[in-house]
Amino acid sequence: MENKKGFNITFYLLILPVLLWLIVLIVLPHLDLLISSFQADSDSGAKIFTLENYTAFFKSKIYWLTFINTAAYAIGITILAFIVTFPVAFYLTKVISKKYASFLALLLLIPLWVGELVTVYGWMILLGDHGVINEFLLYIGLIDKPINMLYTNFSMSIGLLYISMLFMVVPVMSTLESLDDSLIEAASDLGATKWTIFTKIIIPYSMPGITSGGIIVFMLVIGDYVAPDILGGKSSLWFTEQIYNEFLSTFNWGEGAAFGFLLLMISSSIIWLALKLTGQKLERVGS
Amino acid sequence: MSKILEIKNLTKEFKEFTAVKNVTFDVDEGGFFSILGPSGCGKTTLLRMISGFIKESKGEIIIRNESMSGIPPEKRPVNIVFQSLALFPMMNVRENVAFGLKRQKLSKSEIDDRVSDMLSRVSLQGFEKKKVTELSGGQRQRVAIARSLVMKPSILLLDEPLGALDRKLREHMKIELKLLQKELGTTFIYITHDQSEALVMSDKVAVMNKGHFEQIDTPRNLYKNPKTAFVAGFVGESNRLELKSRDGDFITTKDGWKLEKKGLDFDPEVLYIRPEALILAPTEDLIDISRFHVKIRTILFDGSNTKVSAIESTSGAEILISLPQNAKFENLKEGDTVEVGINYDDLKCY
Repeated sequence: MENKKGFNITFYLLILPVLLWLIVLIVLPHLDLLISSFQADSDSGAKIFTLENYTAFFKSKIYWLTFINTAAYAIGITILAFIVTFPVAFYLTKVISKKYASFLALLLLIPLWVGELVTVYGWMILLGDHGVINEFLLYIGLIDKPINMLYTNFSMSIGLLYISMLFMVVPVMSTLESLDDSLIEAASDLGATKWTIFTKIIIPYSMPGITSGGIIVFMLVIGDYVAPDILGGKSSLWFTEQIYNEFLSTFNWGEGAAFGFLLLMISSSIIWLALKLTGQKLERVGS
Repeated sequence: MSKILEIKNLTKEFKEFTAVKNVTFDVDEGGFFSILGPSGCGKTTLLRMISGFIKESKGEIIIRNESMSGIPPEKRPVNIVFQSLALFPMMNVRENVAFGLKRQKLSKSEIDDRVSDMLSRVSLQGFEKKKVTELSGGQRQRVAIARSLVMKPSILLLDEPLGALDRKLREHMKIELKLLQKELGTTFIYITHDQSEALVMSDKVAVMNKGHFEQIDTPRNLYKNPKTAFVAGFVGESNRLELKSRDGDFITTKDGWKLEKKGLDFDPEVLYIRPEALILAPTEDLIDISRFHVKIRTILFDGSNTKVSAIESTSGAEILISLPQNAKFENLKEGDTVEVGINYDDLKCY
């Protein structure tokens, strides 16, 4: 009996920091935001309950068009992240020896150490009118005036892809690591071509990793603010910028909070829908 | 019987060592051929060369009178059952078995017919929709075999497929595999380090050591008449005694045990004696046997496989003797001294 009690005390002591973290830093602020998302100032300046913050999103075309634009880019960048990183993950886990693989995987993580803001400024140096790429193309004579790359959707997409794709590599690598090479040999033994092995064996096998990577990348991109703001410039229609403006330009906290919750709910719904459509289960993802 | 597979002077050299050295053998159509050897003897390399996953350095592989050089694995008339079985975990039983047929672009009805026919042959009808992860070890085994056999290969290669099973199931699968092979008539080439698997199932066994074949023979001959010291030591259980000298019809072990062995025409270095070749309390009328006395040290009871550990009286050499489980030796106990005899033929000298 006493033993059991002792266990309980340790258990509560261990879970306390987690609970504090969750309640103080996540649950309480969100509750506060949730409340203010249903509030507006009445003519007399008092707080009243209203749904107007939410209906504003659907009434005004610019808001939901921005959201659709943001979601479409996020989906596109997620797919691009998969296309770009899958060969890398495959190479690191299946082609080269383990010895070099762990070292190269470490190199991959270096951009994470630098921080998002710095990497984004790095891309500005590369993509600017007098940036590295333009200067190089001018120097070799391929172009005679700089191509406008910075402050476009192109530069914004590159920045978003760059900061998010690592989160695709890691889960995909971990599923590929568990892929027994003899599965590939067995498929080849049964007459499968390289393409069939790729589409029927390797991709379906790594689907849980691809899905969990996809969820992380999508969520990171759709909720990112730095890259669209700095690399996308004025022309970019990014939903987080909309939220930022509500809070800090027009000081409409109610609408800002409502938009924040809309972003959370709609992007979660998109993920739920994608899981349904591809027949994946959330429990299997990430295992 | 016609030859389905001919291997001629096959050699595989890796950077640091030669895995397979100049191996030559034939396999009969419809036979069960085993390659038996300790781990690292090159048997898996040999199998992978036959299946086409690695390229031979020298020599030739001929299947049904056709040279296989330069033919990739997916085009060879052989299929392989992997050690890990390599079932596709994201597919169900039916999809696993149908995988190869689908690659051949056969009609759906033909695929369905062949898959259900094959599943009933391995007694897995009704399991079509099951996930392979839900099956037992033995069932997974049969799915792997069915997946390869449904391709109607000329030769089925099996790479230690029983290795991962527990003992009871392994004993059961041995019999099942042998029966399945007899029923289907497909040529099996079976790779194993477990001598019992090789002896029980095969028509012929090749014993492989350090990249070359020591002996190719029927299981019975391999056991009765091992041609080399390695085979005598590797196949079955044996007492191994190092020899010191020979004096006419007598040989002496390092321990100083002098034994009569007629008909020797060379100076052997090592002597192998099977525990069951030793006769406890031989009758007077037995001829052509060496006789000696041993003191029982301990009895190692193991049912039908019971042995006694004994010490030879003159030299102190330690030997294992099979103990028949009958009334005659029921009262044998530690410390007893008994006479033991052995046929000259059963003293295997190398």
